Amino acid sequence: MKVLVGVKRVVDYNVRVQVKPDGSGVATEGVKMSVNPFDEIAIEEALRMKSAGKADEVIAVSIGPQAAQEQLRTALAMGADRAILVETDQTLEPLTVARVFKALVDQEQPGLVILGKQAIDDDAGQTPQMLAALWDRPQATFASKVEIEGESAKVTREVDLGLETIEIDLPAVISADLRLNEPRYVKLPDIMKAKKKPIGTHTLEELGVEIAPALKPVKTEAPQARQGGHKVESVSELVAELKNKGLI
Amino acid sequence: MAKVLVIGEQLNGALSAATPKVVACAQALNPESIDVALFGAGDLAGAAEAAAKFAGVGKVLTVSNPANEHPLAAVLAPQIEALISEGGYTHVLASSSTTGKDVLPRVAAKLGVTQVTDIMAVHGANSFTRPTYAGNALVTVEVPEGQIVLGTVRGASWQAAEEGGSGAVESRELGVELPSHTRFVSQETSKSDRPDLQTAPKVVSGGRGVGSEENFKVIFSLADKLGAAVGASRAAVDAGYVPNEMQVGQTGKIIAPELYVAVGISGAIQHLAGIKDAGTIVAINKDEEAPIFEIADVGLVGDLFEVLPALEKELS
Ligand SMILES: Cc1cc2nc3c(=O)[nH]c(=O)nc-3n(C[C@H](O)[C@H](O)[C@H](O)COP(=O)(O)OP(=O)(O)OC[C@H]3O[C@@H](n4cnc5c(N)ncnc54)[C@H](O)[C@@H]3O)c2cc1C
Repeated sequence: MKVLVGVKRVVDYNVRVQVKPDGSGVATEGVKMSVNPFDEIAIEEALRMKSAGKADEVIAVSIGPQAAQEQLRTALAMGADRAILVETDQTLEPLTVARVFKALVDQEQPGLVILGKQAIDDDAGQTPQMLAALWDRPQATFASKVEIEGESAKVTREVDLGLETIEIDLPAVISADLRLNEPRYVKLPDIMKAKKKPIGTHTLEELGVEIAPALKPVKTEAPQARQGGHKVESVSELVAELKNKGLI
Repeated sequence: MAKVLVIGEQLNGALSAATPKVVACAQALNPESIDVALFGAGDLAGAAEAAAKFAGVGKVLTVSNPANEHPLAAVLAPQIEALISEGGYTHVLASSSTTGKDVLPRVAAKLGVTQVTDIMAVHGANSFTRPTYAGNALVTVEVPEGQIVLGTVRGASWQAAEEGGSGAVESRELGVELPSHTRFVSQETSKSDRPDLQTAPKVVSGGRGVGSEENFKVIFSLADKLGAAVGASRAAVDAGYVPNEMQVGQTGKIIAPELYVAVGISGAIQHLAGIKDAGTIVAINKDEEAPIFEIADVGLVGDLFEVLPALEKELS
């Protein structure tokens, strides 16, 4: 079974993003970029399937600028067999991204697609579900455990009420939540080895993907900053203050 | 004018606390009509009556079917699509609950539109504000004119809808074929008599600083004293101190209690994303440099194992 995993290039999760003063977006020049953390978990899960003999090939896919090759190199260094970059300088919305994945699914015929449950830049959380819809296949979102059992998979999902386990027939789409696994650290020799692994490139036109009608961003603003308060010196001061505010 | 379909949620026949907030968002559109859909397997009358009471609700459409016993996106999506094409809706709104987040993008893709995720504010029928970058950049977006709007509603940004309506309840049979490729197996929920984390006016959360599952009893004990719900940081959940449904933050629950007490939590941006709308934030941390103090309204530097017992004593 082939497993396709998504690798989005995003602003690193440790960066405190700054909204541009003209409201046109956030400043990304010179900011550290990384693999979306949820995608790293998706890659790790696919690699573990491969070492458990449940998958034969792990293909990392990124849709974005040429610089996204860096993130694909990370995926290759982690152990992915090959990578595909669908190169575009446009900011694509989830529906278009899902269409790209669908085109690649048609080409590659994977048994499973694992994507992060959301990207930490736009926090949209739509692509996996949309791909499953376009493909007319099952989806198991917010996965914290996946067991492949022949032609189907048992997936435990993190839901508001706790944990839910569902069974899905393959092929299917899984979206990775934080507790699915802990991604491995990439070691230097792996980075060297990864340089020899192939990255294929495509364009949207080559894949025949039509860009979906987009939501138009009108303005971006910083949230109202919370006024930091003050420190109290003792428990009794804390209690007095909370009583004062009518909170206890 | 807008015709809104709200995807309601119910549990064991009772309306979920998330749905009144979705109705509030629908009301903000000044629509011509609001219908609420409810899916389930058993008797939906109680939940339907509760939904029919909100101001502006015209119809509550109940779809009772054994296949709807547990909300599976692949099973719900074709039913929602059927209701949309029957009703000619201009807007379809669901909660940013795990159910809403699971199913609505599946419907959106079938309709060929991108969803507006986590609506925080409405500025007319096509314009909405939503959070990006863990709530650190708020974007106002416009949906192309004439396109159906599908959106999830960020609960912490909305108060429950006003009542004062008297909608009609109609039960629907949808003649759509449902897939069998996705099957419910089991569910694990920890039973608790404590207030619900998502709606409680007071919340006490513990972080990695609490140190163990065993130690977490100091958090539960303070919460019980205050009548508060209990939450946790990701680190505390990852370490197995408490179950996943207690996680607060960007990828956990986003809450807006009047009082939030963060104990042994450092204040990472992903955690803060979950409590931005809280009324008063109290931080108890032994590290006076912890970033949580930058945003806390009231901070107390100290060892939680000394502070919490003393606090409980003062409260008695
Ligand atoms: C993609 C992504 C999503 C994430 N989503 C979330 C999320 O939804 N929610 C979330 O919470 N995190 C989330 N995180 C993780 C987040 O970055 C932090 O790692 C996490 O919030 C840290 O938890 P903590 O504050 O409990 O632990 P730490 O950062 O380790 O802080 C522990 C604190 O306890 C204090 N302490 C220790 N002992 C004591 C004591 N005896 N008395 C008093 N204080 C003490 C320490 O001084 C310290 O400040 C996410 C991370 C990523 C990458």
